[in-house]
Amino acid sequence: MSSNSNKGIVIRASIVIISLILLVKLFFLQVVNDKYAEEARRISRRIVTLYPDRGLIEDRNGKIIVFNDAAFDLMINFPFRTKNFDVQGFCALTELSREEFEAKLAEARANTYRGRAIFMKNLEPRLFARIQEGLHEFSHFNIETRTDRRYDYNAGGHVLGYVAEISRSELEKTEDGYYDIGEYVGKSGIEQFYEEPLRGVKGFEYHTVDHLGRIVDDYKDGVENTKAVNGKRLTSSLDIELQRYGEELMQNKIGSIVAIEPSSGEILAMVSSPAYDPNMFSIKNLGKYYRELARDKSKPLLNRAVAAQYPPGSVFKLIMALIGLEEGVITTSTQFSCSNGFRVGSLHVGCHAHAPRPDLKYSLITSCNAYYCNTLREILHQGNGETIEESYNNWRNYLLRFGLGSTLGLDVNQEKGGNVPSAEYYHRIHGHNRWNYLRIISLSIGQGELLFTPLQMANVAAIIANKGYYYVPHVVKAIDGKPGIPERFLERRETGISDYNFNIVRDAMREVYERGTAAGSQIKGITSCGKTGTVQNPHGENHSMFIAFAPKEEPKIAIAVVVENSGYGSTWAAPIASLMMEKYLMPDSTTQRPDLYERMIKGNLMPVDNE
Amino acid sequence: MNERDNGTTYLDGWSLMIYLCLVLLGWLSIYSASHGGDTFELDFSTNYGKQIIWIGISLLLGGMIFLIDTRFFDVFAYAFYALTIALLLLVLAFGSEINGARAWFEIGGFRLQPAEFAKFGTALALAKYLGDIDSNIREFRQQVVAFILLGIPAVLIVVQGDAGSALVYASLTLMFYREGMSGLFLILGIGFIILFILTIAYGTQSVMIGVLVVCLIILAFTYTRKGIIRYLVGALVVCFALSVSVQAAFEKVLKPHQQIRLEVMLGLKEDPQGVGYNVTQSKIAIGSGGFFGKGFLNGTQTKGDFVPEQHTDFIFSTVGEEFGWVGSFVVIVLFASLFLRISFLAERQRSKFNRVYAYSVLCILLFHFAINIGMTVNIAPVIGIPLPFFSYGGSSMISFTLLLFLLLRLDANRFNELDSVHT
Repeated sequence: MSSNSNKGIVIRASIVIISLILLVKLFFLQVVNDKYAEEARRISRRIVTLYPDRGLIEDRNGKIIVFNDAAFDLMINFPFRTKNFDVQGFCALTELSREEFEAKLAEARANTYRGRAIFMKNLEPRLFARIQEGLHEFSHFNIETRTDRRYDYNAGGHVLGYVAEISRSELEKTEDGYYDIGEYVGKSGIEQFYEEPLRGVKGFEYHTVDHLGRIVDDYKDGVENTKAVNGKRLTSSLDIELQRYGEELMQNKIGSIVAIEPSSGEILAMVSSPAYDPNMFSIKNLGKYYRELARDKSKPLLNRAVAAQYPPGSVFKLIMALIGLEEGVITTSTQFSCSNGFRVGSLHVGCHAHAPRPDLKYSLITSCNAYYCNTLREILHQGNGETIEESYNNWRNYLLRFGLGSTLGLDVNQEKGGNVPSAEYYHRIHGHNRWNYLRIISLSIGQGELLFTPLQMANVAAIIANKGYYYVPHVVKAIDGKPGIPERFLERRETGISDYNFNIVRDAMREVYERGTAAGSQIKGITSCGKTGTVQNPHGENHSMFIAFAPKEEPKIAIAVVVENSGYGSTWAAPIASLMMEKYLMPDSTTQRPDLYERMIKGNLMPVDNE
Repeated sequence: MNERDNGTTYLDGWSLMIYLCLVLLGWLSIYSASHGGDTFELDFSTNYGKQIIWIGISLLLGGMIFLIDTRFFDVFAYAFYALTIALLLLVLAFGSEINGARAWFEIGGFRLQPAEFAKFGTALALAKYLGDIDSNIREFRQQVVAFILLGIPAVLIVVQGDAGSALVYASLTLMFYREGMSGLFLILGIGFIILFILTIAYGTQSVMIGVLVVCLIILAFTYTRKGIIRYLVGALVVCFALSVSVQAAFEKVLKPHQQIRLEVMLGLKEDPQGVGYNVTQSKIAIGSGGFFGKGFLNGTQTKGDFVPEQHTDFIFSTVGEEFGWVGSFVVIVLFASLFLRISFLAERQRSKFNRVYAYSVLCILLFHFAINIGMTVNIAPVIGIPLPFFSYGGSSMISFTLLLFLLLRLDANRFNELDSVHT
């Protein structure tokens, strides 16, 4: 019997072995492997996103310019099986054919993120009402509400930007994984730059669902649920009435207006023409107009105020005068002779008819070319064994301090930096230091390689208005009523040119209005200062330009206007700038000059399409 | 004859305590799986409510065993056996078909599954037959009779369409082994299972090539031995015959859903939405429990009814999900302790009848335990047998309780049988 007792031990051993096998298997299943915990979450937990209201945008006077509207998406929650699902009933409810249903299901499967996907996007109100009514029978589906944008003022589209579905590349770029496929994100303008404060923070509700997709109760009693935090209200520096007025004045013209409050760098208006109605970019409309706008030859989507670059033309003479004065190579009494222009050897820079030996002030008022050719020569005069590179860089550094030659850092993207060539550029063309002022003489009158954006020109106007300093221009002044905009907008930047010299130039700019090229654009009761420019355009009619500020004593507005292909600065740009300043400084009275206003509104300077 | 006790003085307290623990844990799991609320409400229309009735009846019947003289079971062992066989026959004629098996009597709102009670009858009959002083399982004739005794109910249950429950009877060979049958049978049995699995997985042809190679290797080392070739050729022929018949049996005898279950278990088929769905969901529920579990009544998979048949065959998935590995450990250790205790009780019996019966109980419980938990974690085929004392169901609860309580009754009475000790 003893051998049989040993068999009892074999049996006991097998009890222990079987138990150990089960325990080890369970240990791997439950403790080592966490794929099952994930899988359990995936199939038994449903996430419902609570979308916060996107922050409103108001203008500098508290007028709401961007507000919210609801858009509805039908969401599908996985795992979903068509087996045991009333496809026919669902198709009837959603007005889809069987094929459409299958196609949408396949698309949703491909776009699944955190167990769910958009099944039907942006339901129209009638269908939304209908689906909401019958949806309770289809437990795998729910409706999520998103924020759409609406605009009461048909103005400011380029600055405000728009909101649209996030693209794959944007999704990959965001590191914190905040966004899901199909969500909306600011694509340009303020909407893009201030995406984070505007969007708020999404909330999440977690539910436990059963095997049929029905909600059983709160997942973990709701401890992981988070509330949505609404986006913050932004106060734009725009004056929406001024903005709208500017867009009206610029209708049927190509060009830009940029108006800045000199004391703060706040942008009061930023017009790029042709403009478009921002409502064209609402979620409900997107896709309807985008192609049309994108194909338009006049490029309405381009924000010319920051992305178009022009030679500054005569406007640049203001800066030349300031540098000349600061460098001490000219004074108010310095005179240069001009006999129909500037001549050295075979080089000839033409000028128009005026008194033969202008002084500084007269040269600004009449916009004498020869005077500034001479001024450049004096500035670049290489005394004390200076190389051309050293003297050129000295001059160029002044321009850089005026915020020229690189982007200013506006809080609206697409900004271009313009062009102020480096010494290396000329070294490459002419050989190292084997060039002198004659090679770059056209720079002195704002032609040649020099390129400024309308924003930079407006900033120059603001610098002169401020007598020497500026704040980086920006379009948002407060977040939730409190200052919270980037630090760089609050730093005062200096040009290093004295008040005294600025006063000389400012006086001359005043006289441009009193007896110079802008005499036709005077505003009664406002001491405006300005300078016209007419930029040679090899492709057609000259570009009309004007920069100005007012009132002279305590400037409230600095402005730059560019009207492409329109001829003299005094014809279009100066009147438009003066109407804008009048509107801003005297908002309550109607214009003193209805005729001028009418002429500007009616002017049609759009290029004729020959094709 | 000693008249000094009512049968409970020598009652094995350990076994009873473990039994009660398992029944309580089982009931809690059923309570969770049938969505009992945070505050208990006695509601007999729910599964957990009904299970209270089954537990009550089981304890009542189990208690009654202690009122009956042990000789009654000895004398009427074959009668019990005959009765359960009769029930198996009757259910074939009058039973209701559920899930493809004609295995239930429907009486009123309740269902009775004779296959569960047949284990009890078979265990008694085997104890009676092998307990006889003259019987010896080493003898071929006795082996045949013993296998016939367990073969009859097994075949009837297969005919009912419940091949899974029939397999339980195969586990009784372990008891035969303890009673003296050669270990070769077990080894051959295990060899057969391996051959069976390999045949299904790789087909007869590949298996035969493999067997041939093994035989040649053995021959290379043992060719000097006399008659070795004869043995090897014999083995080859037997293997070939078995492999061919396995293939045929798999395709002809097993129903398609049983074939798929086996194939899923062997990892030959991925079928997460179909038959494999149960196992997949069970693994997810258990695996997501982690080390400490999600807490009683907090299992997301349990609440969401993701595991089909969770309150019956897959009740262990509730334990795994809500009490984690710690809970699984406790349950498995409780079962293992009970089994070790039963083997201890078995060995201390002086009567052969008692010992055979005790080992029969052990084999049946161990098989259910290993296969049931094994199938919830996908290391055993899903053959649809309950976890003793845990799974919801009156028939299994009552029959497992009767099996165990008769054992305890016999054990408590062992001193009174001094006179009738046979060996």
